[in-house]
Amino acid sequence: MEDGNMVLKEIQTLEGHSDRVWSLAWNPASGTSNNPPVLASCSGDKTVRIWEQTPSNGLWNCKAVLDETHTRTVRSCAWSPCGKLLATSSFDATTAIWENIGGDFECVSTLEGHENEVKSVSWNASGSLLATCSRDKTVWIWEVMPGNEFECVSVLQGHTQDVKMVKWHPTMDVLFSCSYDNTVKFKKMQNNVEFLVELQVWAEDGTGDWHCAQTLVVTLLLYGHLLLMLKETEWLPVDVGGMQSSNDLASWIHLPREYVSLIKFYLALLVTKRDEVIDLGFTSMRTHNSFSCSVWHHLCTLSGYHDRTIFTVHWSREGIIASGAADDALRFFVESNDGLVDGPSYKLLLKREKAHNMDINSVQWGPTDTRLLASTSDDGTIKIWELATLT
Amino acid sequence: MVSGLINANPVIYEKKQRRVRRASSVGDDEHAIEPIDQIEFEARFVRVFIFLTFLNHIRDIKDPEHPYSLEELKVITEEAVEVDDDNSYVRVTFTPTVEHCSMATVIGLCLRVKLMRSLPQRYKVDIRVAPGTHATESAVNKQLNDKERVAAALENPNLVDMVDECLAPSYA
Repeated sequence: MEDGNMVLKEIQTLEGHSDRVWSLAWNPASGTSNNPPVLASCSGDKTVRIWEQTPSNGLWNCKAVLDETHTRTVRSCAWSPCGKLLATSSFDATTAIWENIGGDFECVSTLEGHENEVKSVSWNASGSLLATCSRDKTVWIWEVMPGNEFECVSVLQGHTQDVKMVKWHPTMDVLFSCSYDNTVKFKKMQNNVEFLVELQVWAEDGTGDWHCAQTLVVTLLLYGHLLLMLKETEWLPVDVGGMQSSNDLASWIHLPREYVSLIKFYLALLVTKRDEVIDLGFTSMRTHNSFSCSVWHHLCTLSGYHDRTIFTVHWSREGIIASGAADDALRFFVESNDGLVDGPSYKLLLKREKAHNMDINSVQWGPTDTRLLASTSDDGTIKIWELATLT
Repeated sequence: MVSGLINANPVIYEKKQRRVRRASSVGDDEHAIEPIDQIEFEARFVRVFIFLTFLNHIRDIKDPEHPYSLEELKVITEEAVEVDDDNSYVRVTFTPTVEHCSMATVIGLCLRVKLMRSLPQRYKVDIRVAPGTHATESAVNKQLNDKERVAAALENPNLVDMVDECLAPSYA
């Protein structure tokens, strides 16, 4: 990526909110060949809007308005990793969970407990945990139970002032929170157990004799009621009870389809009788490697690029940092090859003054590899941008 | 409020006579205006008008605990308002009547609301207490310029009532 050959194209301005737009979230399961990109935005007008790109003309349309649930500003929204649930947190002290049922969004759960404004909400990588934070100085961790039930499993009280934002680590169960007290804290979840599982798959050879057809080693992570399977470097949830498609499991561990039901049977046993897993023939079991708390250190500071408060930064998959601020401007940074002696540094790639008419509150890169970016503003709009290479 | 006033006996100052005053950013180069450039002149006139209008707006805000305007209590003076029209920027520096004034955040909120309601949207507004005039100066300044807190405060009916009372036209 070289300076000067990148250009920021304004694709579309999405209008509809009647007050400032605080935040947005791209649906992580959208943007594939079958599913056009979808994003949710939340606003001071107490509503959430769902926007979808129309494949035929590329234009974005509002598909749904989620209203009459929150009674005050909706400050933050987040999709579950599978893209089926949307969590929205509000100044009305509640967090609502919405389920997409055939294109209609239904509020299936309301999480109450915070004393006042809920400022941020975040799902962990597996979708098994939800974190919320509030002006009441606490962070709550909720466990996702069957039937859209959410149970508070922890209330963290490490901050001395409003907690402004919570965010889970992209792969590990480590939660970061930042506060009006000028600190960032993080919390490691400890009740997860990693299994290395060896499954012997037996088959009848047609003459009545059975032989071991294949031995599979899979890495599983048991997390409360949830079972995750390691595929390459990513933890994916295994829905033992109602797996959407047997193909899912088959493609994860590259085994013939006829073995899938057997694997599912073993996995079901593993979940229901996890205290007896050794007896069931699983060969080894070890504790998940702990996340090291001491490795975080300050890398570098990018300063002097924005004239007023920076409200939002987001890192793209290819390492481009986008930032938005109260100076109405967008900035883009990439890692610089200069000065590697002192560790990585970043340089300004591109800037856009007057990206919005007012403060920019949130910027988020799209869920796929295309360089789509969405931004929200006090001017009540959402803008869709594309960072393109000049040819 | 009958009892428990933060400052029971504030000093009351006379209201300043209303006079036409140019915004400093405009006044500095007023001689450069070419009479022939009518459009530019009108634009400047509009800017001066905007400045005067909102200065008049904020100095008539009523103090949260006393039946006097912020100007009469010298919480706000003409010098307290800095305008950089070219960059759409306004800074208001107010002086609480006592160092421990717990009303400082309410006064600041009134100032912000008044400016939000009277200025074009493009303006950026910073509000602060005058340096050295409040015991928890940095905390007050941080709160007044945290837009998330301001937004939440303006959804609080009690606070909004208090602000609306201070901004009521009877004191204009």
